[in-house]
Amino acid sequence: MSVMTSSQDVEHWLYLYEQMYRIRCFEEVSDNLYTRGLIPGITHLYIGEEAVAVGVCSVLRDDDWITSTHRGHGHCLAKGADVGRMFAELMGRATGYCGGKGGSMHIADQDTGNLGANGIVGGSTAIVAGAGLSAKLRGTDEVAVAFFGDGALGQGQLYESMNMAALWKLPVLYVCENNHYGEYTPNDQTIAGEILDRARAFGIPSREVDGQDIREVSRVAGEAVAAARRGDGPSFLQCTTYRYRGHHVGDVDRPYRTQAEEEEWQATRDPLRNLAAWLETEFDVGSEVVEQLEAEVRTAVDDSAAKALEEPIPEASEVTTHVYA
Amino acid sequence: MSTPNGTVREITYGEAVREAIVEEMRRDPTVFMIGEDIGAAGNVFKILTGLQAEFGADRVIDSPISESGIAGIGVGAAMTGMRPIVEIMFGDFTTFVMDQMTNQAAKTHYMSGGKLRVPMVLRTTMGAGRASAAQHSQSLHAWLSHVPGMKVALPATPRDAKGLLKSAIRDDNPVAIFEDKMMYSVTGPVEEEEFLIPLGQAEIKRPGRDITIVATSSMVQETLTAAERLAGIGLEAEVVDPRTMVPLDTDTLVESAKRTSRAMVVDEGCERYGVTGELASVIADGAFYYLDAPVRRLGAMNVPVPFAPSLEEQTIPNADGIFETARALCSAA
Ligand SMILES: Cc1ncc(C[n+]2csc(CCOP(=O)(O)OP(=O)(O)O)c2C)c(N)n1
Ligand SMILES: [Mg+2]
Repeated sequence: MSVMTSSQDVEHWLYLYEQMYRIRCFEEVSDNLYTRGLIPGITHLYIGEEAVAVGVCSVLRDDDWITSTHRGHGHCLAKGADVGRMFAELMGRATGYCGGKGGSMHIADQDTGNLGANGIVGGSTAIVAGAGLSAKLRGTDEVAVAFFGDGALGQGQLYESMNMAALWKLPVLYVCENNHYGEYTPNDQTIAGEILDRARAFGIPSREVDGQDIREVSRVAGEAVAAARRGDGPSFLQCTTYRYRGHHVGDVDRPYRTQAEEEEWQATRDPLRNLAAWLETEFDVGSEVVEQLEAEVRTAVDDSAAKALEEPIPEASEVTTHVYA
Repeated sequence: MSTPNGTVREITYGEAVREAIVEEMRRDPTVFMIGEDIGAAGNVFKILTGLQAEFGADRVIDSPISESGIAGIGVGAAMTGMRPIVEIMFGDFTTFVMDQMTNQAAKTHYMSGGKLRVPMVLRTTMGAGRASAAQHSQSLHAWLSHVPGMKVALPATPRDAKGLLKSAIRDDNPVAIFEDKMMYSVTGPVEEEEFLIPLGQAEIKRPGRDITIVATSSMVQETLTAAERLAGIGLEAEVVDPRTMVPLDTDTLVESAKRTSRAMVVDEGCERYGVTGELASVIADGAFYYLDAPVRRLGAMNVPVPFAPSLEEQTIPNADGIFETARALCSAA
């Protein structure tokens, strides 16, 4: 969602804090609903990674595009999706973003420039080049951003996409959310060489960013998006981050990583806590201000979830609509 | 349904798959596995637990998320003396391996004039019913069945899962096995002693004289349930499971239809251009003069699998639909 305030202002950062907190609440409530059997299927939570989506989307305009992943709730919300319609979709209700046909892994909303979450690892990386080419062919200065996990680095389509985007100077930003794991496998077992070198091989400017620091994410993403808008072609960001929860909501034991590691990330690198601390030193924002804001967001998210539970399920006849346009 | 010989235990479908792999890996050092999260994690359906501990990381290889790449590795390793088992977590992702399977694995023996062989197994899943939406619920077995040079198996019981997989591993051709992910926890009798089930041998899962219902994979169980209810109204259905799409045991299907004079086919792939069309035409060709009615077929609706459970359940055949269709077919002249 485009942000009109300037990064010099406290309102700007409070607004981004609010967005990150909304995502966290949304995910916590989703987790709870899922556990109570009120959300069917599988759901992948974004908790811990909020600064990446919010930081990147804070430098995008409403008419810019994003492509997303199986862990897409944060991207959708950061680009401007409505909490209530998101919940309704997760619950398979008629009023959800996809009329209940997509669910958690497929939320799409072209009104906010969201070309869809994606159940195919790497899917977002290929589509983004097409959106970038289209922006160029249509004579606009729109930018297309792909979010993808470190796991997608294994997929060949990423490299085909980067090659073409670089060749044709497409207005594309590749945002790799490196949370160190693909499902249950640590990525030092699946990634050879340096991640950034892969993009550099195509001549794509590439940066590693602390994905837990929203100020850094938004600053670096801002530069990359400005370059793309100017016609300078694609960039690649490797955002180092961490998912606090399991790969999906059912992954609760997590034998593939240590509890100490989980605790350390949460204790020292939490994107919300760190932004709040900075707001206090920089702008004298007291904890009561943050708590007030949090309480309002939480109430609103809880209300939206409760309302979504009352929404109708789709008409049976919907099963055959939308197969063709 | 064939009764296992010897000491019989009840084990799950998932355990049966695991046993087949373990036995073949112990027997033959050229057998190895490659796939995503199959190592320490024991695969996402938790059916390969302990495999890497027994055979080591060289023979149970955790791969990057590179389906096309690991299928290629399977082909190349198979050409040069190994017997790889390539696991593709969701059947939906076989789209990524179609080139390796279609243009390489399936054609290599023929194109090389019989010189090269590709003895590899592609294990993957199929089936809806988990509210996993359109990209994690498809049954794409018809795609590979269409390609000459491929063999394709759809085990419907733990016993079939074990026996067919062991045969597939020993086969000198590329064999794709589609396991219904809803069946991993289903139990059934499997003998302790070693056994193989040949590829290309159908099994009559329930004998009957009034109608032949050919069913595959999880549809076998749905059909058996429907058959119980049909028996309640005086109709004895013969349930025939071809077990492999290729090679296809045409004789068993046709002979059954000749005996009962009515036939229908049930499969979870989309109905259009799918397995039901092929099997129905095989029966119509072979049993035409014996049939009292046209062969009916029931496949999945020709729509992407929707997420909402209320919609999803409409899209795949179930015991109710099979019962109704069979009853209508039996009352047709
Ligand atoms: C093509 C494809 N292969 C495999 C999967 C199964 N899968 C879903 S998420 C996932 C791990 C993805 O890891 P990563 O890209 O790092 O994203 P993260 O879950 O860490 O956010 C896998 C293997 C898939 N959805 N698509
Ligand atoms: Mg990851």
